[in-house]
Amino acid sequence: MSVDTLVKTAAPGSGNMSRLAFRMRDYGIVAALVIIVIALSLSTDTFLTTGNLVNLLDQTAVIGLLAAGATICIISGVFDLTASATLALSAIIGVQVGRATDVYVGMLAAVVVGALLGFVTGTVVVRSGVNSFVGTLATSMVYRGLAVVVTAGAIVYPMTDAAETFGMLTWPSLFGLTSATIMFVVVVAILAVVVARTTFGRRLYAVGGNAEAARLSGIRVGSIHVTAFMISGVCSALAGLILASRAGSAQSSMATGTELTAIAAAVVGGTSILGGEGAIWRAIVGALLLTLIGNGFNLLGWDTIYQQVLQGLLILFAVTMDRWLRKRTR
Amino acid sequence: MSSQKAPSIAVRGVGKTYSGVTVLHDIDLDITPGEVHGLVGENGAGKSTLLKILGGAIRADAGTLSFDGEQVTVGSPRDAIAHGISLISQEGALVPALSVLDNVFLARWSHRGGLVSARSDRKRLAELLEVTGFTVDPDERVDRLPIGVQQQVEILRSLARGARVIAMDEPTAVLAEHEKDNLLALIRKLAAGGTTIILVSHFLEEVLSVADRITVLRDGALIRTGKASETSPRELVGHMVGREIDVLYPDPPEVPAGAPVILSARGLKRGLVNGVDLEVRAGEILGIAGLVGSGRTETLRLLFGADRPVEGVVEIDGVALAQHTPRAAMAAGVAMVPESRKEQGLVMVRSVAENVALSSLSGRRAGPFVKRPAEKSAVGDISKSVDIRAANPEAPIETLSGGNQQKALFAKWLLRKPKVLLIDEPTRGVDVAAKTQIHHLITGLAADGLAVVCVSSEIEELLALSHRVLVLRHGEPVGEYPRGTTPEVVIAAAFGDHSEGEES
Ligand SMILES: Nc1ncnc2c1ncn2[C@@H]1O[C@H](COP(=O)(O)OP(=O)(O)OP(=O)(O)O)[C@@H](O)[C@H]1O
Ligand SMILES: [Mg+2]
Repeated sequence: MSVDTLVKTAAPGSGNMSRLAFRMRDYGIVAALVIIVIALSLSTDTFLTTGNLVNLLDQTAVIGLLAAGATICIISGVFDLTASATLALSAIIGVQVGRATDVYVGMLAAVVVGALLGFVTGTVVVRSGVNSFVGTLATSMVYRGLAVVVTAGAIVYPMTDAAETFGMLTWPSLFGLTSATIMFVVVVAILAVVVARTTFGRRLYAVGGNAEAARLSGIRVGSIHVTAFMISGVCSALAGLILASRAGSAQSSMATGTELTAIAAAVVGGTSILGGEGAIWRAIVGALLLTLIGNGFNLLGWDTIYQQVLQGLLILFAVTMDRWLRKRTR
Repeated sequence: MSSQKAPSIAVRGVGKTYSGVTVLHDIDLDITPGEVHGLVGENGAGKSTLLKILGGAIRADAGTLSFDGEQVTVGSPRDAIAHGISLISQEGALVPALSVLDNVFLARWSHRGGLVSARSDRKRLAELLEVTGFTVDPDERVDRLPIGVQQQVEILRSLARGARVIAMDEPTAVLAEHEKDNLLALIRKLAAGGTTIILVSHFLEEVLSVADRITVLRDGALIRTGKASETSPRELVGHMVGREIDVLYPDPPEVPAGAPVILSARGLKRGLVNGVDLEVRAGEILGIAGLVGSGRTETLRLLFGADRPVEGVVEIDGVALAQHTPRAAMAAGVAMVPESRKEQGLVMVRSVAENVALSSLSGRRAGPFVKRPAEKSAVGDISKSVDIRAANPEAPIETLSGGNQQKALFAKWLLRKPKVLLIDEPTRGVDVAAKTQIHHLITGLAADGLAVVCVSSEIEELLALSHRVLVLRHGEPVGEYPRGTTPEVVIAAAFGDHSEGEES
């Protein structure tokens, strides 16, 4: 019997409508970012100044890191609502370890605590089998509560002689960018490679796309989820260090609610909340978009009371576009 | 079923293009009221696409539809239902967590002052059961039902919606032999009552026996429509493939004398499965037959560690599996092609290439990184040898036709070069030519010394493929039959002494 393999090659879709829609879905959000950048460049003379751009990236760093962590969790099919509580708790412990030892040891401790908390969150979600939304919501209350317990509700500062070193993440560094920005760029680049190029990344997508098929392909679904939460925990700790370094202190109510902004940034960037799809670069584009809006309000001298309204509308718009473009390609 | 008459349907110049690839081209088709119209063609020929256009699930890019001479737009399944057309899709579209009753009347529950009135729904369902001769418990959740019964629920739903045209996409692919006969009988009955049936199937004899007319699609074009009574299976295959081909099943090669036992299992127990023993030697193909609910799939799952047996051992090369998990089984050289592509087999949103590579990732890595060139060539080679027809290996696997998805699933496990291959329904949804190809593949693997265990609802396939057939009944082995046994004997064993009447 001979049935020749007939590999049909895609016909060159000369400006084909559906192909265009396909591209739009993939890169539409980048176009939106470019349009806003151009609009701001044209309507203000302050936007394209080095000072503003440095500032903009510095501001993106925190949400960008959290959004990258959130993206990894979402791709694997879980939500991490502990992000901001983990951020606070690890920053606080970092400061306190720093007081007892040395600033650098303290910062390392913060990162380790972030990973550990991620491990605990992940284990709770995997072992209990409850929906990650509920599981991490409860866990985040525990972490936030522990942060209050550890600080007794007070603000914690590094030792006075170490205060300057503690502010190191705000220092200018390569290309005049802040150290926080450099750290953010490096971490995100590493995560992007991990997700796109490693066997772990492949498994992450598979688990989020179809957990049962992944399990039957020999993938340890639970450990993939725990690892995703640990990465998210490290991202939270790093974001916490940036905030603490900027403020020169840490406290239990730090960054409350930013876990939702982070998820919003991921979704605005085009990562599907259904899991199995998405990319780290999308988290960054989403974080930049949300930050740009705030920046634009400042530069244009608009009343910032409308900022949240606009951000909310943007999120709705992004999600609606995503749905619409998906429908179009049916 | 419905007092109203079925409309005559005229399809004119219908076409559909996906990202630059034409999958349907200039289709002209007339469907007369009350006929059974068969639709056949190779995997990816465009059968499902055409049905989805009729059922409003997707929109055509070109052409028109007319019902009773009146041009209509069918923009959504809702529109289609309003015109009396109901589509029973290849993938199934029930709400798993709802009861049979709720699924049958999904979104069209009878209500009184805003409250759902279950009583009148129950009465309507009882009437429909009477007409169709199905026996289903209205209160059972549909995800607890065997696939064959789930399908009956879909048919009941079509009828409940007053469908006068029912389009069925490979309804018999998931059914056991006797269930198929029941369905075909029902199709005849519905047609006699004036309902139009459009039937897609890869079982040509079946289509020929039930259809009035048959349309052949090839590469998105309509090749011909003809009377079933004037067509032979051989002719049909010729039209489908575009040339004469041989569709005889190959014989499995002799098992060499003294071939070692590779897979052995003793006293497997869990749920339905109640004490299964089996032994498979290198180069041997063991078939497992039985009715739906006899524990065939469950046995395979226990062998693979997809479920953990409560009792019993599984040995590979004489060594008991340390743990009953897919990972441990895979490490020992076992692979399993599962029953359901969508639920257990594939990650639908990911690409064809990623899916095929998934179970053998660690074989092609440099440190933590995927060796992409190695992966590309491995996936390319295996796709060619099982003949996956995909416009682009980077496209999501959900855009492949059903049969091509099945081949991809197969390819994924072959890439691991297993010692033991467990296959649940090897050719579900695969076209005639590709089916022979898969049979050649399986017998070829056996010739290379693999131990193969195969479950299939298609008894002819199972007998053609296997050296031995083990028959299960209520989770227990009731007999083992050598090659050359007739289907009747195996079926009788599967049913117990008296046939019919006592199935799942
Ligand atoms: N959403 C989609 N995007 C891109 N291509 C698609 C999409 N859906 C289907 N196709 C392509 O259209 C072609 C026809 O698919 P279709 O499902 O109609 O085939 P079929 O005749 O039903 O095959 P099978 O017998 O395997 O079910 C295939 O090549 C398939 O890959
Ligand atoms: Mg199909």
